[in-house]
Amino acid sequence: MHNSDRFKIPLGPQHPALKEPEGFSIALMGEKIMGLDIRLGYNHRGIEKACEERNYLQALYLVERVCGICSHAHATCFIQAVEEIAGVQLPRRAQYIRTLIAELERIHSHLLWLGVAGHEIGFDTLLMYTWRDREIVMDLLALVTGNRVNYGMNTIGGVRRDISPEDIAEILKGVDILEERTKYYIEVATQETSIIQRLSGVGVLTKEEVLRLDAVGPTGRASGVSRDVRRDDPYAAYGEIKFNVITDDHCDVYGRTVVRVKELMESYSIIRQCLKNLPEGPLTVKVPRKIPAGEAISRYEAPRGEDVHYVKSNGGEKPERVKIRAPTLANIQAVKQMLKDRYLADMPIVVAAIDPCFSCTDRVISIAEPKKDNRVISWETLRNYGIDWYTAHGIDFTELNNKFRKKLERV
Amino acid sequence: MRVGKMLHEVLRSLFQKPATNLYPAEKLDMPKNFRGKLFFHPEKCIGCKLCMKDCPSDAITINKVGEKQFEAVFDLSKCLYCAQCVDSCPKKALEATKDVELAQLDIKKLKVVFRANPESSDKNPA
Repeated sequence: MHNSDRFKIPLGPQHPALKEPEGFSIALMGEKIMGLDIRLGYNHRGIEKACEERNYLQALYLVERVCGICSHAHATCFIQAVEEIAGVQLPRRAQYIRTLIAELERIHSHLLWLGVAGHEIGFDTLLMYTWRDREIVMDLLALVTGNRVNYGMNTIGGVRRDISPEDIAEILKGVDILEERTKYYIEVATQETSIIQRLSGVGVLTKEEVLRLDAVGPTGRASGVSRDVRRDDPYAAYGEIKFNVITDDHCDVYGRTVVRVKELMESYSIIRQCLKNLPEGPLTVKVPRKIPAGEAISRYEAPRGEDVHYVKSNGGEKPERVKIRAPTLANIQAVKQMLKDRYLADMPIVVAAIDPCFSCTDRVISIAEPKKDNRVISWETLRNYGIDWYTAHGIDFTELNNKFRKKLERV
Repeated sequence: MRVGKMLHEVLRSLFQKPATNLYPAEKLDMPKNFRGKLFFHPEKCIGCKLCMKDCPSDAITINKVGEKQFEAVFDLSKCLYCAQCVDSCPKKALEATKDVELAQLDIKKLKVVFRANPESSDKNPA
């Protein structure tokens, strides 16, 4: 293999195939991908730093806008950390409502992904039909929270809006239709020959590699790694709800499709249990504006995988530090592995298969270069260094100084 | 395995009415909790400025214009429509309306002033 046989082509940061700016540098030999470099950081928005300038309530709305698709995931994850520092016990009704919105969000995100995956392999019919059905869940979210995206449902110590019995009836009706449609999509995904042929064996990531690269969410579960924060470290109302963690052994994009469509069915079951067992009671508890000093880490199973937020408080009205690790950051290294020795034509669907959200990921980039020479030098040493350096380069004041001194002596 | 699993679905959809609406001829009702353009009741405001303190994007300003008289200035280009100010207000002087059609060609029109004395001036001076 000679180096000159390899071709390096850049894909992005601005590229029609990418929905968000992200740089890929692909080393190709013919059609085969020999190496892949991913360059993050084109979409950095400085949200973590901006949170430090805002009080907790304002930061909540900012954090909610980290991602347009999993906005409830980020908002809940952040607010869980804040509530843990403040030592707040959430009312049970608020916990159930948070769980309900979380699952409705998962449904809309997975249906969206199914459409995008269909689009990336050229199956636009699937895109049109899944997105049409996704409108049902978007309408349900709008009904409960008021908006289709950025629901604004969380507040410190509870939720902002209640669910009326009419809403419950409406949600159950919508979920019934969605379940019917999802059964159909499971049939399509598992029986349609062209989907199976196109997705099988593409973007293979073995179980060992998942564990080594720490892939999260459906990407990991499709390789047989049974990891789900909802079950492993229950938050909100998940501890009181029965559900299965879906895994699959295909280890490829087809497996990720199967995991996602089957997870939809689990979401419907969780929503039904939530609505059936919805406890009565208040929606919020009073939390003081000043959060006591402390720090907390919060985990949340977003539709794309495990989301981690770290919040540190210094006892004031504003957080001292907020750190967000979006699920895509955990999964993006796996893409490199998945594309090894595959064809360039597989690139769009393999990247799309982790359901990437590059804007979410880009906030967490920090490049800490080790200082090459960190000697501490005094001002006097630096002055002498400057004089010596310029003397060596031909600018010398010694003669001039001597002339002036002689003149002064004469006077 | 079957080829053309979705064919049946596609053919059936041919005879259904479109899934989309003919906006702007046909307008949808906003959901009941919808957070649209803000409305201010000057007579209820006590000037505590909690709304200003909690606004994530500095979109709202409460000015004192007289004895127990306050006016509100909303910058709709900055507003996130989170309606936190509505929740923060202890006297329910703020209200989220269902007004969504806020696009403007003139940026000055996005600054909305609610006068303390509504009779003396119009609500949208621009």
